[in-house]
Amino acid sequence: MSGLMEFLAMGGRGAYVWSAFAISLLALALEGRSVMSRNARARRDAIARAAAERVS
Amino acid sequence: MAWTSLASPPRFHAVAGRLVAPLWIAALLLGVAGLVVGLGVAPSDAVQGEAYRILFVHVPAAWMSMLVYVAMAAWAAIGWAFNARMASMLARALAPTGALFTALALWTGACWGRPTWGAWWVWDARLTSELLLLLLYLGFIALVESIPDPRRADASGALLAIVGVVNVPVIYFSVVWWNTLHQGASLTLTAAPRLGASMLAALGLMTLAFWAHAIAAVLARARAIVIEREGSQPWAAAVLEGRA
Repeated sequence: MSGLMEFLAMGGRGAYVWSAFAISLLALALEGRSVMSRNARARRDAIARAAAERVS
Repeated sequence: MAWTSLASPPRFHAVAGRLVAPLWIAALLLGVAGLVVGLGVAPSDAVQGEAYRILFVHVPAAWMSMLVYVAMAAWAAIGWAFNARMASMLARALAPTGALFTALALWTGACWGRPTWGAWWVWDARLTSELLLLLLYLGFIALVESIPDPRRADASGALLAIVGVVNVPVIYFSVVWWNTLHQGASLTLTAAPRLGASMLAALGLMTLAFWAHAIAAVLARARAIVIEREGSQPWAAAVLEGRA
């Protein structure tokens, strides 16, 4: 337990080290999620447009 | 397959679609390995203690911020000069990823600067030129999104991207040309590395992870842009409805 606390404390610099890593990894994960949902939305919109054109 | 065939949006859409998932998986595996080595295996630094570990995200993000800008400017220039629409779409797809890496380089730099310099920010040549890079990315995105005609938007964006590329060597050489608080390069092509083997391994793994993430994100975004622009074309309708 003390080993884990020591690791998390990062020699008294834990707040800086973990903030840098956490924000970076979160931002990259969110970018991945956002581009995949943009892809899905683009596909949905294009299919809906094609269907609407066929009806009209 | 000739690589020039990728200039065709249908061909690009198909090839990029096959690459995105393996690249995300590679980014995840390399990132996990880099974190394990960087946070668990690499030793403390003799001068900076544990705070130096921020280097494992800061340096790859800073490298990617410059590389992505050069790639964006090159594709934008090719799209403008040869009227190649796929190249312009790639330039647009690169900009948000480049802006994100630049913001992360600035953020992780601030997290590193506070414990080592005693300040989150200083108007140092390296930091200021990196901030200018972020403004160039944001300016490019705002410009191309604000012009409704895609061809005019691509041409205007290309001009800004090409002019802004002059900032990249300024960022890279700023620590050589001026007396900066920011340290010099830890790795160069002409000198032996000043990092230990496990530190180099962690940096290499994180850099590869960032590369894989950047390529996956850009290809996925470019596929979305292709569909947004060309969704009404017969090839797109066939692909989307599973007829091709």
